[in-house]
Amino acid sequence: MILLAKIISYIGLGLTVVPSILLLFDGFDDLQYQMLAIVGMVLWFATAPFWINRTSEEEG
Amino acid sequence: MSTNLAEPEVPVTASTDEFEREPVPQRKLKGWRSFIGMFAGEHAAGTEFAIGPLFVVHGVSAFDVVVGLLFGNLLAVLSWTFLTAPIATKTRITLYYQLEKICGPRLVNIYNLANGLMFCFLAGAMISVSATAVGIPFDMRMPLLNEWLPNSIGWVVAVLAVGAVISLVAAKGYETVARFANVAAPWMVLVFLACGLVSLSYFGVDSFSEFWTVAQEKIWTGNPLAGSSKFGFWHMVFFAWFANMAMHIGMADMSIFRYAKKWQMGASSFTGMYVGHYMAWIAASIMYAVQLDLNSENTAVAPGPMAYNALGLAGIICVIIAGWTTANPTIYRAGLAFQSLFPSWKRTRVTLLAGGLATAGALFPALVMQLLDFVALYGLVLMPMGTVIIVDHYFFKKYGLLDNLAEKTGIRFNVAAGFTWIATLALCLLANIFLGIEIFFLGLPAWFLAAFLYFGLSKMYQKKLNVA
Repeated sequence: MILLAKIISYIGLGLTVVPSILLLFDGFDDLQYQMLAIVGMVLWFATAPFWINRTSEEEG
Repeated sequence: MSTNLAEPEVPVTASTDEFEREPVPQRKLKGWRSFIGMFAGEHAAGTEFAIGPLFVVHGVSAFDVVVGLLFGNLLAVLSWTFLTAPIATKTRITLYYQLEKICGPRLVNIYNLANGLMFCFLAGAMISVSATAVGIPFDMRMPLLNEWLPNSIGWVVAVLAVGAVISLVAAKGYETVARFANVAAPWMVLVFLACGLVSLSYFGVDSFSEFWTVAQEKIWTGNPLAGSSKFGFWHMVFFAWFANMAMHIGMADMSIFRYAKKWQMGASSFTGMYVGHYMAWIAASIMYAVQLDLNSENTAVAPGPMAYNALGLAGIICVIIAGWTTANPTIYRAGLAFQSLFPSWKRTRVTLLAGGLATAGALFPALVMQLLDFVALYGLVLMPMGTVIIVDHYFFKKYGLLDNLAEKTGIRFNVAAGFTWIATLALCLLANIFLGIEIFFLGLPAWFLAAFLYFGLSKMYQKKLNVA
């Protein structure tokens, strides 16, 4: 379950930054990457709380 | 700028009350990962969105920014690694407890007052940053560069609303927000990067050679905006080095690195300096250059609209979260600092007082427009007490002086340390007024001045006390 949450979280981070890289090479238009950034944000905040603090405490 | 507070955030310790007056035990020590993650997150604060644009305002050149910040941030990492972390890992106590051992409780109270006030103004800048994002849906007019007073009812309402929410949450305690900040940090760092990349695409950059041409001709042109002073290479070096002077040379991060397994972990600050400061400041500069290119009259340093232009709704939310998650613990810490002065006051009351001060400061856009100077002042004011710790630790025993004087003699106010602090700041003020030395360049000579003053004054003071 945690692994799945982590995978979705990282997809969310990817959607936040990758479209902006592709934008440099004309791969996206403005609305597309802004929508993807929102989707990325939702995925990250919906899943990261399930593992990120736990990982920090375990690591500590 | 950092929200890097006197106590570590969640990854380093789960409780803010742990080991306040005792060394951190071996079992509680942390590894590299804790510090690398914490520094990356804490140095991607809301204020970074305002610092980058101010470089453009002050007409730095592309070389000054890219190379000057690279060098200055390296000096900051070295300061954490070779000054802060070695003492922190040897003593394993907080800055406050160490200062109390050297200076006595009365002088520490004055330090707390100065620290608390600085925290309030820093939090005020963060509230202003968030308010620029909150105001977007209401079409609020953003303060322009030369508008230092509240410019509209909308601005006042936005600041009061943001300040009230942040203060109330801070008064409830900061554990939950610290946990949320921990979650938000990786995403915020990538949003900073995305904003910079999107802004670069506006200028049609798709290769490094194009970037350098655009950087020189469109972003950091070397020409300051009307009414602003010109900054150069050394401004960038010293600003980057001393933006967190209170934390490294000022030794506030002893409270963090006392948890480090070894002193070399001070180098983990590189994530904060390069992922947080270096990348975030450059990204924010590019966003501001886009804004000026679209409308050269729009000089407002308003992170909300800049991030909205770059990344839409996600940009706005990032600015709000970045301001909120960093202002919140700053206000909480300011409250704790004030509480040490008024122990009978409830924590909720002092935190709300600190929040009120921060919000009052945030009403004045001058706080953001003059943020570079404020950041430099913040470090300079607290730095002499860090120098006192360094000199006490490394030189006192070696030259026959008594270290940790207050603890060993029971004095409540170490006159040598107190006079060192006041005299250093007074001489800096005189150098600024009469010699015209800018605040960014005062930190380095002031460090040596404070060191010599403390050593010399301690020799006389300890002789008078008959302890040397």
